[in-house]
Amino acid sequence: MTARHVLLLGPLLMLLGAAYLLPFLGVMRWSVTLPEPGFGQYHAALSDPLVLGVIWRTVRICAVVTVIAVAAAYALTLIWVRGGRTARTLVELCIMIPFWISVLTRAFGWLALLSNKGIINGWLQSLGFLSEPLTLVRNEFGVVVGMVHFLIPFAAFPLATAMRSVDERVLLAARGMGASRTRIFWQIFLPMTKNGVLGAALLVFVFALGFFVTPAILGGGRSVMVAELIYLRIFQSPDWGLGAAISVILMVTVGLLLGVMMRQNRGAAR
Amino acid sequence: MIQAAEIGATAIGKTFGQFTALADITLTIARGEFLTLLGPSGSGKTTFLMVLSGFEAPTTGRLTLDGRDMTDQPPEARGFGMVFQGYALFPHLTVEENIAFPLKVQRRSPAQIRTRVAEMVEMVGLGGHGHKLPSGLSGGQQQRVALARALAYEPPVLLLDEPFSALDKNLRGQMQDEMRRIHRETGTTFVFVTHDQEEALALSSRIAIFERGRLQQLAPPREVYERPANRFVAEFLGDINILPVAGGKIEGRPVILPGTGNAGDLAIRPEYMGLSVTEPAEGNALPARLTDLTYLGAETRLTLLTAGGVPLILHHPTNSLPDGLAPGASVWAGWAPARGFLL
Ligand SMILES: Nc1ncnc2c1ncn2[C@@H]1O[C@H](COP(=O)(O)OP(=O)(O)OP(=O)(O)O)[C@@H](O)[C@H]1O
Ligand SMILES: [Mg+2]
Repeated sequence: MTARHVLLLGPLLMLLGAAYLLPFLGVMRWSVTLPEPGFGQYHAALSDPLVLGVIWRTVRICAVVTVIAVAAAYALTLIWVRGGRTARTLVELCIMIPFWISVLTRAFGWLALLSNKGIINGWLQSLGFLSEPLTLVRNEFGVVVGMVHFLIPFAAFPLATAMRSVDERVLLAARGMGASRTRIFWQIFLPMTKNGVLGAALLVFVFALGFFVTPAILGGGRSVMVAELIYLRIFQSPDWGLGAAISVILMVTVGLLLGVMMRQNRGAAR
Repeated sequence: MIQAAEIGATAIGKTFGQFTALADITLTIARGEFLTLLGPSGSGKTTFLMVLSGFEAPTTGRLTLDGRDMTDQPPEARGFGMVFQGYALFPHLTVEENIAFPLKVQRRSPAQIRTRVAEMVEMVGLGGHGHKLPSGLSGGQQQRVALARALAYEPPVLLLDEPFSALDKNLRGQMQDEMRRIHRETGTTFVFVTHDQEEALALSSRIAIFERGRLQQLAPPREVYERPANRFVAEFLGDINILPVAGGKIEGRPVILPGTGNAGDLAIRPEYMGLSVTEPAEGNALPARLTDLTYLGAETRLTLLTAGGVPLILHHPTNSLPDGLAPGASVWAGWAPARGFLL
């Protein structure tokens, strides 16, 4: 890093420092000083069944979301990278358009679709398939749907990179040996894009851990995840120390996962 | 010994949009033959190989395998072995797993697979490297894995697209010897694409010369070199001297011509032209001036300019070169009449 680099990066570093680093240091300080100095809040956080329950739910939802989002993104990206021309354009639009719509709008969109008086329940009931509405939101199902929808495009990019780097001739070689499409996919293509899958999964998981808006709206206060819990602790109860401790735990987890991701990227690039 | 197959191609044509990549290719590839496709870049060699393998469908024409039509068969039904340019190894599988892959596709028993893989690893001289991934191998070793993988399931035909293009000259020579041995041992029909003329001359039982999607000549190496079918082939392969003939004379001097014609272009390979200081008593000769000489060890390469202004190249054994020869000297370039051919 030369002086010129520092100069060019300077404004950004200052912004990040002022907007993220300083506040986070403040949060760290709260976590060990409020209401009294010590690590009591960490102990409390990790022994409080309510907090543990939320952490467990968060990890579980994030894992489910990661699996579904990456699997769906894999199928989509496969069409995006290797499909026919029309299919390719269509999928590209499906991946790009969500980027331009705010997370809030999308969450309310899902609410309109999935709520008890929403479009899906309305149709199913008027067509006579249901007498009672299905509970599709204000539960984990709704949260998972909203999060998966949000995260698929993010998984698509690392997957596309991995798929584009697969040498076409390797697949032709396998085909020439008489291997079926299924065999080529499972034994050649998927293993060759394994790093992309792992990268996408980590990215999605890390992203999902900090989700706030989607679970808050589609979970309706019943499927509280960590970010919402922190919000509740800080803004709706005087429990700043506990909220801060949970924040730090979340940040450290995300930091560790990012570290793994970067090491993996470096390994894949080598 | 593997069941080698005979391939027939009749009037094969291939167009990409408006562009004609192959036109009217008709040839028969004999059982156990080592056929080389040779030609300049973009002449359609790879395209023809892709048509043979089934990865590309010909626009016109038919293909037969041992007399049965295979034009519409997909590549997996033809079951030819293929070594792609760049090898196309499975990067996540070890050497042994790469070689085993086609055998697993054929659902051979694990014991059979183990024996066969060991056999192939031994044949291409990769003993001790079986558990490595392709990324841990040198270019030459990867090339051998590709060869072993393509031969493991005993395909009736092996198609190879410039398999040695990434190797340095020494390794190339070594691999060529190995290739010849493997061809002899397996008896498979080989169709081999190369850019390298020496490689083609050294390896093949016959050479097919391609130019702009057309087959220019199909003949054994010696014949292609010494009796080129046309001017393109003559000029494409090695060096050649071309002298315009008019009325049985070259530059006004009467010469003895091969065959019946007495006009056109007379072609003579550099190694069949001799140099002398005085006019030779026998054969044909033209006066010329020495413009340059390059010492190449056993041979010396001489460039001459005839009185009529035609540049000539001669390959002369260094040990019998006249003493005191220097650029600017007046010399005679001579050749035996039978060594020339009219184009
Ligand atoms: N899929 C394709 N679409 C359009 N044109 C093609 C396609 N494949 C090949 N061609 C054209 O056909 C011609 C012959 O190509 P081919 O790859 O067979 O040449 P080649 O003899 O193998 O050349 P090289 O020695 O450079 O590998 C080239 O001009 C190429 O641009
Ligand atoms: Mg080619």
